[in-house]
Amino acid sequence: MPPEALAALPRLPRDESGPVFAEPWQAQAFALAVSLSEQGHFTWKEWAATLADEIKTTGNRGEPDDGSRYYHHWLAALERLVTAKHLSNPAAMLARKEAWAEAYRRTPHGKPVELDKSA
Amino acid sequence: MTSHPSHAHEHAHQLVPSDPALRVKALESLLVEKGLVDRAALDALIDTYEHKIGPRNGARVVARAWTDPAYKQRLLTNADNAIAELGYGGMQGEHMVVVENTPKVHNLIVCTLCSCYPWAVLGLPPVWYKSAPYRSRSVLDPRGVLREFGLELADDVEVRVWDSTADVRYLVLPERPAGTDRLSEGELAALVTRDSMIGVAKVPAPVQERHR
Repeated sequence: MPPEALAALPRLPRDESGPVFAEPWQAQAFALAVSLSEQGHFTWKEWAATLADEIKTTGNRGEPDDGSRYYHHWLAALERLVTAKHLSNPAAMLARKEAWAEAYRRTPHGKPVELDKSA
Repeated sequence: MTSHPSHAHEHAHQLVPSDPALRVKALESLLVEKGLVDRAALDALIDTYEHKIGPRNGARVVARAWTDPAYKQRLLTNADNAIAELGYGGMQGEHMVVVENTPKVHNLIVCTLCSCYPWAVLGLPPVWYKSAPYRSRSVLDPRGVLREFGLELADDVEVRVWDSTADVRYLVLPERPAGTDRLSEGELAALVTRDSMIGVAKVPAPVQERHR
């Protein structure tokens, strides 16, 4: 993606050659936002604005804004924008999250973790 | 955030990922199902950045082990503590075991049926690590797999394959290349590649040393 697109984001943790991540889910959340934007489901400008608003909102709640929770904000913003664009909804996301947690609890190691589609 | 996974009673089962990790998984699976994003495009994107998560952590662990024999001993006997000494962690209950390459033993790590990976020290797994051919063939034909990575081992070198479990993640301590006696710990760390810590490559000798 173009460097100016990354530069448009508020305080993205990055080094000289691009973004850096502390955990794998952060890279996955990053890739989801980039992909949805590339597919035209929202513009990068809309994304940057939603993310900035999310960071500002948590700042207003008195949470520290030291960059340590950057991707928590990223994820919350992504859930918000996905809902606003009717790509999914909070109930579906919560149900799916619980289904994944249950799938992990149920699956012995070595077996691929899969959702129980009949549930 | 939910509580971190309680581990003691779940040895046989997968560790439940953290709250944000589950939410990302939920979003991803919903959006992929609806055809709103393409799984292959996501993987390609993540692969672009996988080296940005943590291979330098593993490289620093290796370089310290090469330069400090006491540290190496601690690393081989209790990898969790030795890695934590350098400030790396976030393993969520998985234990680290470090296996040492020698002139006679070559170690290779794999997760045969999923993609367990020591991401706190190696970052995100490369796409090939998660692929079915690597997962199955690295156990059946490790020498063949290594050959495809361009690594030809002599017949008298024993190949040990380590299959990661829900509890244990492996990291290979590669051999220190010849001609690196004068290098600092930082310079050594810069030589250590991700692939050498998975065991599909050796650490290459530094180019400038050959010209001395």
